[in-house]
Amino acid sequence: MSVIETLRQQLAVLEPTQIEIEDDSHQHAGHAGAREGGHFKLSIISPRFVGLTTMQRHRLVYDSVGDLKAVGIHALSIKAKAPTEL
Amino acid sequence: MNKEQIHKIVTENPVVLFMKGSKTFPQCGFSGRTAQVLKACNVDFVDVNVLAEADTVPELRDYADWPTIPVVYIRGELIGGCDITTEMYQAGELQAKLGDLMNPTRRALIEPLV
Repeated sequence: MSVIETLRQQLAVLEPTQIEIEDDSHQHAGHAGAREGGHFKLSIISPRFVGLTTMQRHRLVYDSVGDLKAVGIHALSIKAKAPTEL
Repeated sequence: MNKEQIHKIVTENPVVLFMKGSKTFPQCGFSGRTAQVLKACNVDFVDVNVLAEADTVPELRDYADWPTIPVVYIRGELIGGCDITTEMYQAGELQAKLGDLMNPTRRALIEPLV
């Protein structure tokens, strides 16, 4: 399974109304950390984020994904919004 | 650097950035960007190069309960990584949190990041 599919599956618990994941790895090729895994950009909209701070939203995302390195991710950029904020 | 040393540095310094490389020579784009945001706030901050000692990354991960580098602390409070710090800066929340820590004589010079 690709990293993007794995991420999608793991983030399904947040019941996202919209989820976009981009592989940005090509922009970081050759840099030392790139050996650990790819660079991904996540944009996620979920009703679960209502009333939460950005920090709490990012924690929810990280908790859902678990060990980033095990999934093949070196860096994950996150934009987490609630449906009401669009 | 172990958890006790990390705790000491974040409680004894008002603003601390754990990063890959240093603020003058960042070794990761996210670390560099976060340092740039803090510099844009005209705040003095301590930079800790997590690559300098092998155990710093796992110890920091445990201490902060945060999985990625960079990590920003203000007055002992975990602020977050690059995305959160940048978002807070753009919303003016980071400046509000820093308050008196920003150099007042240079505060007027703050310009938005591009």
